[in-house]
Amino acid sequence: MTTSLRNWDSDPVLAVEHLTMRFGGLVAVNDLSFSVGRGDITALIGPNGAGKTTVFNCITGFYKPTTGMMSMRPRDGSLHLLERMPDFVVARKAKVARTFQNIRLFSGMTLLENLLVAQHNPLMIASGMTFLGVLGIGGYKTKEREAIERARYWLDKIGLIGRADDPAGDLPYGAQRRLEIARAMCTGPDLLCLDEPAAGLNPRESAELNALLLSIRKDDGTSILLIEHDMSVVMGISDHVVVLEYGTKIADGTPTETRNDPRVIAAYLGVDDEEVEEIEQELDVVTGSEEGRA
Amino acid sequence: MNSAVKTNERAGIDFGRALKDGVIVGIIAFALLGPLVGLKTEQNMSNELIVQNRLGLAAILSVIVGVGRFLLSAFIYPRIAARGNRSKAAATLAELEARAKLTQGLSIVGLIFLFVYPLLIISLFGVQGSIKWVDNYGVQILIYVMLGWGLNIVIGLAGLLDLGYVAFYAVGAYSYSLLAINFHLSFWVLLPIAGMLAAFWGIILGFPVLRLRGDYLAIVTLAFGEIIRLVLINWKAFSGGSAGISSIPKVTMFGIYSFDVSAPNNFAKAFHLAASSAYYKVFLYYIILMLALLTAFITLRLRRLPIGRAWEALREDEVACRSLGINTTNTKLTAFAIGAMFGGFAGSFFAARQGFVSPESFVFMESAVIVAIVVLGGMGSMIGVALAAVAMIGGTELLRELDFLKAVFGNDFNPDQYRMLIFGLAMVGIMVWKPRGFVSARQPTAFLFKRKTVSGDLVKEGHG
Repeated sequence: MTTSLRNWDSDPVLAVEHLTMRFGGLVAVNDLSFSVGRGDITALIGPNGAGKTTVFNCITGFYKPTTGMMSMRPRDGSLHLLERMPDFVVARKAKVARTFQNIRLFSGMTLLENLLVAQHNPLMIASGMTFLGVLGIGGYKTKEREAIERARYWLDKIGLIGRADDPAGDLPYGAQRRLEIARAMCTGPDLLCLDEPAAGLNPRESAELNALLLSIRKDDGTSILLIEHDMSVVMGISDHVVVLEYGTKIADGTPTETRNDPRVIAAYLGVDDEEVEEIEQELDVVTGSEEGRA
Repeated sequence: MNSAVKTNERAGIDFGRALKDGVIVGIIAFALLGPLVGLKTEQNMSNELIVQNRLGLAAILSVIVGVGRFLLSAFIYPRIAARGNRSKAAATLAELEARAKLTQGLSIVGLIFLFVYPLLIISLFGVQGSIKWVDNYGVQILIYVMLGWGLNIVIGLAGLLDLGYVAFYAVGAYSYSLLAINFHLSFWVLLPIAGMLAAFWGIILGFPVLRLRGDYLAIVTLAFGEIIRLVLINWKAFSGGSAGISSIPKVTMFGIYSFDVSAPNNFAKAFHLAASSAYYKVFLYYIILMLALLTAFITLRLRRLPIGRAWEALREDEVACRSLGINTTNTKLTAFAIGAMFGGFAGSFFAARQGFVSPESFVFMESAVIVAIVVLGGMGSMIGVALAAVAMIGGTELLRELDFLKAVFGNDFNPDQYRMLIFGLAMVGIMVWKPRGFVSARQPTAFLFKRKTVSGDLVKEGHG
């Protein structure tokens, strides 16, 4: 891949330009520009407090950025300026779905219901904005059956089909993470934003997550933007890595490029000696094995 | 001996330990009571203090204390501990299923009973004697069942704590009264209009306050309820002030028969029956029964529609809802409006039944009672709310029946005055033993293989 023909520059699904977010005197994100390539898995990494989640909250409309422009181009070719939209419109119109760092499932509802709530907007139209649905006219029944089939597809994909009728709050942690991803996917997004999807997962679950993300990209053509600390996920599956430190971008490129970037190493060196060694080791292991395969 | 202790332990009763407890507590009690009760000083005729020996009495009291402690240790404490252990462990699925089946069976039996209730009462007490049982119990309870089911949409499903629900009840009642008196429209035309007006006020209130959450929302809705009442008191030209509105037209049987005594098409006259207000009461009973069942039917349907699922999702996690593209403001507004609409229906029925409305009927206490019904019943559960309404409204009505207590406490005793005290005690009791209400488990709205009841421990209560 040559420098001039990068996917994220030639065909971005999301372009963030000069994004700044201030909370009073604190500049959480400072003049950040980056692009997410269509069909890419893009990782946003950085030390704790670098402003990654703030960037997510700006993209998904939960925060109004102080300045900056975020343009989203879904598959249908339309253009949406995310900084002008309230959060639920970002999900509905601009087709951006997200998960949360601390899992936010509807714990008292079953897995199936969780996935049906995610299909709220199309189902709402099918039920004639409730009026026809209450009277039992219109094609709501068939649409609901389709929605249930879609939910069944996703439950199958995340391996939780057997627990479809159990409450979401009963699931073990790793399964809850997967369910949250499936729920986000049920909204039919073009860009899936995952906030630390591998946090708290054991190595086996982490590997399963990688497989799931790769299959989402392959089967559904959804671009993925993820925040992650787990380097095996970042280096293993991402096509593009953006590194933040103190709200500023310090590196942007392929995993191999960023891994060797002295500023990235310095950023992680600045954290803690032990952590740096750990990360360096992980980087070597992952990229070493990659090179070995190549 | 050893084996006996073992079997006792297995049965959960350790008599040896209980006996030891009893003896120790008895000795301690005697040590305390001996000087306090056992020795009494009294003045004799010559003003001298004489110590009276009453150690026997102290001993009797100590024995009572000891036996009491023995009974507590042997029977009461193990039972409490066993119950504590059981409720801490989440109810098993089989238990939940059994309970769900029970409530389902109960609701079918209850429904049949509700339909035959007036006939049963008339056959038992005669036409004239049925009035009290059909009106004071039947109609009164069903009004609160309907209000409870209406508020259940707002509090139980959407998780929005609304303390001013009575405002919508008032809007419905005054809409019917004023429109019926000034425009001579029939109840059947005004019923939907009153509902729509109440829903409209629900939206008007909803727009500014639904940005608030939790306690703040509760306080603003409470204030809204008071504002409506104060406007009704002070805007005399419109609402007649605190004197209220009287001679509100009765409901007619769809214009075919009237229940006015003077009307030519009077129901009793048309069927050559003895004149009695009982027929009107029975008619009202069936109207409110149908209205309440309509509320239940629509609520059950809405739960299976995307809007109902969105309400419950909103109660579980509002932020997640917004991340899924759900317009939470609109979703909350619909919950408010639909809840208010049922309040409006109930209000217009109330006005037609009473024939008289005044702001006195719409005080905060009414809102509190309706909220208490919803919370007691178990938020979100229809059958639980209905049971709570029966217990609370029927219970307070029953207090009036307890005339025999006058024989015990004297003629001035009025059990009805202890209504609030009993009500409060019952609330405390319920919150201790069943903090999630009578029916806490949730029935899922869709299933892939098998409908499984969701334990109440997992269901959130909403946060505004």
